[in-house]
Amino acid sequence: MDYITTVLVKNGLIVAFLVTGLLMIAAEYLSKILTNKKIPGSAIAIFSGLVLAYFAGVATGGSKGIADIKVLSGFEVMGGAMFRDFAIVSTAMGVSFGIIKKTGLAGVVSLLVGVILSFFAGAVIAIAMGYQDAASITTIGAGACTFVVGPVTGTAVGAGSDVIAISIAAGVVKSILVTIGTPLIARFIGLNTPQAAMIYGGLMGTTSGTAAGLAATDPKLVPYGAMTATFYTGLGCLLCPSALFLLVRMFY
Amino acid sequence: MLIRGVALLAACYITGQLIGETLGRLLQINANVGGVGFAMLLLILSQNWLEQHGRFHPEMEEGVLFWSKMYLPVIVAMSATQNAKLALSSGLVALLAGIVPVVVCLATMPLISKLNPKSE
Repeated sequence: MDYITTVLVKNGLIVAFLVTGLLMIAAEYLSKILTNKKIPGSAIAIFSGLVLAYFAGVATGGSKGIADIKVLSGFEVMGGAMFRDFAIVSTAMGVSFGIIKKTGLAGVVSLLVGVILSFFAGAVIAIAMGYQDAASITTIGAGACTFVVGPVTGTAVGAGSDVIAISIAAGVVKSILVTIGTPLIARFIGLNTPQAAMIYGGLMGTTSGTAAGLAATDPKLVPYGAMTATFYTGLGCLLCPSALFLLVRMFY
Repeated sequence: MLIRGVALLAACYITGQLIGETLGRLLQINANVGGVGFAMLLLILSQNWLEQHGRFHPEMEEGVLFWSKMYLPVIVAMSATQNAKLALSSGLVALLAGIVPVVVCLATMPLISKLNPKSE
């Protein structure tokens, strides 16, 4: 039986194509019979992905979801940053350049507001939970931006590894919340135009969360949201360990 | 022809990533600044340019469209590789620091939307 495992591991990426396909067929089916298509199959597929990742994490003790299961290791490539970014870029084909230019200012403002507000909300929580040193407060605030900004900032300002772990976790919580929450709240915040998607991407920032959330809401909005969200992590890595850290240090 | 579309996409992707990394280095931060965003802009602009010069073949578009249709499956695969256990088991600070900022930022969305010039 060992040779079966070997074949599956050797062809990891293809196995990932197959399993993802089956998962999406099942999600489409569930969407039809359980929710009468009210909840889109794509949203169910993304959510089931998260649930599977959770159980795989519990079972294997690893950090890469179902990619930690040997025969499913191809998911690391298919769900990794390279494929994700390549596919996101491809969605730009046919995007209206006019809309991007028109929404440019609002997009930039949403980026600044998104980073700074997330940072302070995170920092206030850190203070409320008893953190007293500037490095820890800054790092947790940065984690509230994205799970990349947290560790980058933490390393730069010299925070402890436990605090850095918390900042990564905060970023992952955010990304998952945005993934699940976006299709649920889209109706209430008017998230149905390319302009709104650009602002939303700037405010939320987490590229993975925004892209997955918008995909489950309306795939046409994905390129616009991703366009601004992709600048968020860079801006966060720029502001958090510098200006925002100095600001926190004035008080702590 | 199909491969020309894929190659165009790949060229935009690599160039965008390089711009993002270079920008990150110039700003002395250890991160890619907008690599994906630059790649998307390059793709939009080069598509426009090729169309204006009559060099854009429909089959080229198919090479790119394949990937944009693969986008959702890739996202599903991505969510299946998230560290979901860490997110659920990491304690109150991480949970609150992940949830509260999202809610606070959402509250500002109507305000920022007003910056948009009214159109249509």
